[in-house]
Amino acid sequence: MKGQHKEVLFGLYNDEEVLMSAIRKANKQHLDIMDVYSPFPIHGLDPLLGLEESRLHVVGFIFGMLGTLTALIGISWIFGGSLMFEGDWPTIFGGKPYWSLPAFIPIIFELTVLFCAIGMTVVFYIICGLGFGVNNPILDDRITDDKFCLAFQTSDLETSAVDNLKGFFKSTGAEEVHTRTI
Amino acid sequence: MSAAVSRIREPLIMGNKNYHQITEDLIGPTEKAPNRMWIIAFTLSVMTFGYGAFSLCWTFYFGIGTWNANRTIGWAYDITNFVWWIGIGHAGTLISAILLLFRQRWRTGVNRAAEAMTIFAVMCAGIFPATHTGRPWFDFFMFPYPNTRGPLWVNFDSPLLWDLFAISTYFTVSLLFWYTGLVPDLASVRDRAKGVRKKIYAFFSMGWTGKAKHWQRHEYLSLILAGISTPLVLSVHTIVSFDFATSVIPGWHTTIFPPYFVAGAVFSGFAMVQTLMIITRKCFGLEGYITVNHIESMNKVILVTGTMVGSAYLIELFVAWYSGYIYEQFAFYNRVLGPYYWAYIGMMGCNLLSPQVFWIKKVRRSVWWTFFISIFVNIGMWFERFVIIATTLARDYLPSSWSYYWPSWVEIGIYVGTFGLFFTLYLVFARVAPVVAAAEVKAILKQYGDQYLGADAKPHHHHHDDETEEIHQEGDGH
Repeated sequence: MKGQHKEVLFGLYNDEEVLMSAIRKANKQHLDIMDVYSPFPIHGLDPLLGLEESRLHVVGFIFGMLGTLTALIGISWIFGGSLMFEGDWPTIFGGKPYWSLPAFIPIIFELTVLFCAIGMTVVFYIICGLGFGVNNPILDDRITDDKFCLAFQTSDLETSAVDNLKGFFKSTGAEEVHTRTI
Repeated sequence: MSAAVSRIREPLIMGNKNYHQITEDLIGPTEKAPNRMWIIAFTLSVMTFGYGAFSLCWTFYFGIGTWNANRTIGWAYDITNFVWWIGIGHAGTLISAILLLFRQRWRTGVNRAAEAMTIFAVMCAGIFPATHTGRPWFDFFMFPYPNTRGPLWVNFDSPLLWDLFAISTYFTVSLLFWYTGLVPDLASVRDRAKGVRKKIYAFFSMGWTGKAKHWQRHEYLSLILAGISTPLVLSVHTIVSFDFATSVIPGWHTTIFPPYFVAGAVFSGFAMVQTLMIITRKCFGLEGYITVNHIESMNKVILVTGTMVGSAYLIELFVAWYSGYIYEQFAFYNRVLGPYYWAYIGMMGCNLLSPQVFWIKKVRRSVWWTFFISIFVNIGMWFERFVIIATTLARDYLPSSWSYYWPSWVEIGIYVGTFGLFFTLYLVFARVAPVVAAAEVKAILKQYGDQYLGADAKPHHHHHDDETEEIHQEGDGH
């Protein structure tokens, strides 16, 4: 798909609630919405667009567990005294056993949080295709200001269908309608 | 459906703003040339930081002997300053994480600047233990990595090592949280900018477009980061308190320390947020976004945590007496009436007494009162750490080693220098990025804008409703 140019027809709305009712109308007419862009997250938008719930929390959990294990296994491997590890350099501190779990808990906790946070954030940027220096096509500069954008892909559509979409935008209260190739 | 109109909830966005006006007000300051006040403040900050850097170099060149820290009082000014800065670094994550989980919408006005403050405060804090080691170029020895010295590993049973992990984690997670929240706003700056500026902001805004799916994930990420930051922020100062509580020094060896330190950290952190936000809102004309309601909410937190800390001081005294243990009793007698009685008075006066004026609503809502009390709290919390650290060590078990400590000019220079670093970073931040989270403010506008709430609300007369109607008519007309 990459490298292919897409024709996009998009309407800009002034208010998220007008946009929402436009999306409801589009769903009723079975129009194929390409995407919605907004200056801030709009609540109640996801079910209208049929977006599934994000599974980012699963990623967070997996990375968190990875952190827990890294800390637990790492410390056990170094200090030994546990069933699995004899210890790289077992040391007694304050008369405590080599493997003293209560003393390890703070570091286990910190590494759980650290791995979870880094893993989840990195995965977030990767799956969204975002990152330092990335230049994603921007339909309109005012989308990060005060415009709410509803976009349709029109590459494969006939002129009549495009005109139909333009009529749709007008009837739903779009302030502006533009075409762009991205 | 329109937003609910309530006359009970207090509005958080004043001045009848619309979305575009919010962008103008919050993104606008990054586009203007700095004013004279900023230039003066920046010059002073850099000079102060320069003096701190000089004092640090002096320490590195001549050694720790240039400090007045001595055999009895080994933890002195530097560790006091470390704990003080770390405490200040607690408000940011508390505001962004705990208040997000509790759905306190007033956080949107102050979270961005508070998080920035957290990050800068933790950077300042880190300088002290790093220098305290005496040979900071060997500080990487503190991390457990395979080495040729044995292999000699670090002590995983020691709270000092836990501290290293806690603070590094805290810094990293706060940075990720802050930057992720900043990305949509940097995109706003990018989309208004031209030329080289646009290129720079395009690089840092990571190609953000405001796509629905991205917003969904962004909200998820923020929520989960908030969820894991909440125990994290509590753990950090708990572990700092372990540095003291796990020792066997009377006055340090107390189980009350973790909650008492956390409450104190939140207390001092909010005070520093108040100090900074009152200056920031004035300088950038952000009175419509950081309103008196925000200030009042934070003052309530200061009052609660200040009273908690004050109770802890009194409980400590009671427990010392009740324990029947003469060394503990002496430690506290010495704190109150010993050679450092003035620090104890400063601590009690600033931390326990001064915030009590916030019981009065008028005072809580007064910008001037808030500013002065916030300064008092900052000073008081510094005294608290000094009382705990230096006065305890000045009178230990062995009377022959009793001594008195006062910082040398080098130590004072480093401390003053951290203020320079802190304000330099904050001033740069305030120039290049929006100090209030614009996207988040827009998201709560229809619930908390003054045109929808409070005395000025216009029920049955919503902008967007009218607009919708007009647009529909227009559309039908065509």
